[in-house]
Amino acid sequence: MYSEKVMDHFRNPRNMGEMENPDGVGKVGNPVCGDMMELYIKVENDIITDVKFMTFGCGAAIATSSMVTELVKGKTLDEALKISNATVAEALDGLPPVKMHCSVLAEDALKAAMEDYRSKKAQAFKP
Amino acid sequence: MKRIYLDHNATTPVHPEVADEVCRCLREDFGNAGTLYSYGREAKKLVDDAREMIASVIGAKREEILFTSGGTESDNMAVRGVAYGNINKGRHLITSTIEHHAILETCKALEKEGFEVTYLPVDEYGTIKLDELKNAIRPDTTLITIMHANNETGTIQPVSEIGRIAREKGVAFHTDTVQTYGKLKINVDEMNIDLLSVSAHKLHGPKGVGALYMRKGVRMKPVMFGGHQERKMRPGTHNMPGIAGLGKAAEIASRDMQVEGERLLKLRERLWEGIKANIPHIRLNGHPTERLNNTLNVSFEFVEGESLILSLDDLGICVASGSACTSDSLEPSHVLLAMGCVPEVAHGSLRFSLGRGNTEDEIDLVIQALPKVVERMRSMSPLYREFLKKQGK
Repeated sequence: MYSEKVMDHFRNPRNMGEMENPDGVGKVGNPVCGDMMELYIKVENDIITDVKFMTFGCGAAIATSSMVTELVKGKTLDEALKISNATVAEALDGLPPVKMHCSVLAEDALKAAMEDYRSKKAQAFKP
Repeated sequence: MKRIYLDHNATTPVHPEVADEVCRCLREDFGNAGTLYSYGREAKKLVDDAREMIASVIGAKREEILFTSGGTESDNMAVRGVAYGNINKGRHLITSTIEHHAILETCKALEKEGFEVTYLPVDEYGTIKLDELKNAIRPDTTLITIMHANNETGTIQPVSEIGRIAREKGVAFHTDTVQTYGKLKINVDEMNIDLLSVSAHKLHGPKGVGALYMRKGVRMKPVMFGGHQERKMRPGTHNMPGIAGLGKAAEIASRDMQVEGERLLKLRERLWEGIKANIPHIRLNGHPTERLNNTLNVSFEFVEGESLILSLDDLGICVASGSACTSDSLEPSHVLLAMGCVPEVAHGSLRFSLGRGNTEDEIDLVIQALPKVVERMRSMSPLYREFLKKQGK
């Protein structure tokens, strides 16, 4: 039911693990629903220089987390904003319909991490 | 890669003797059991012999066995048939929250058609409480349907006691024995069972065939209409190879019940001890002792079942999970939730169900493989990291 790409990212997830002193953290999902994602980003000069994830969830949840980290690494924040759940799903050669919500979760985690970065930055600049 | 199949509660490989009998029947017994000439008589004899065999396993009479297309049809026929057959007495049915969907969905459909259904809760082990059953029975109750053993946890219900209560109150009692027929001793008279569902493919028989035991005298309406076959309760030309296969499978299962049961229990306990010794933060789902010899349902905290299944599948190990992510519904197992299991723990459940082909070596390979798989998934899990932090690690 899963594409080879999904299985590849499930078997060998990219950028998996916790990040020390991230600039932004996105936590989405809920263990009650069976999936929970955390995405950590490092940002320098508006470029996402490093990204990591940790995920509790099914094969698709892990694969979409892994894929979104690959897609976003090295991108500017504006470019990263354009990454949607469809981008993630397409990059994985598609997902079963019932698993599309996993790609939504990946998009949400990324957006939440960037939002967290922006609000921290705004805080830091407050007089 | 050698594969290890541990999902026998989903389906079983066909026993070689059963396969031989099915093939022989396909080649040789093409007759229609409803015809008078030699081919028809031969076909009828084959159907009757299978019927006799299936009846003898549960102490029933031959004519009380109806052939169906499997467990789901048997369950539908029993519940719907008795509900509509006793409308003049009442429109109330009793079942439990942990039944197979073949029962639950039939009950839901009947509710829409104006019937009332009581869904009995279960305790933490998945067992119904007899007091609650007694209290639920009303003058207009026409059927109690409670499964013998649960497919997900293996927990065995006190069927004899349920049967006694049903008989005292004059209510028909149906039990889904899809997971127990040929595995546990059943006697329909001693246990006061009025209707009972059987599926062939759960006992190393072919798919697409099953049976319904229907005690003589039980009032029931047919749900299908057509020819005169199966006492007009289940019309349609007989599935000859399927029926022959079911008969053979029942014969083998009852012949080997004792020995195979003891063997599976040993293997299951070996697996459980091995898992317990090597993997922390786990819990057993189901009754510790009143449980099918072949079934072990374990929750691995902080991880999700589907990812465990995929990882084990890469190693050739085939198991099931009660996780939402393995179903199309996105709901975790209704059985585990009914037992009070919190959703995140239900998501992390694996069901190992053993069968004939399994060996000690296979169990040992699983015990070896599983800790690494769980560890890998935990290393990705933010829940596990939070847990370790709380522990100060």
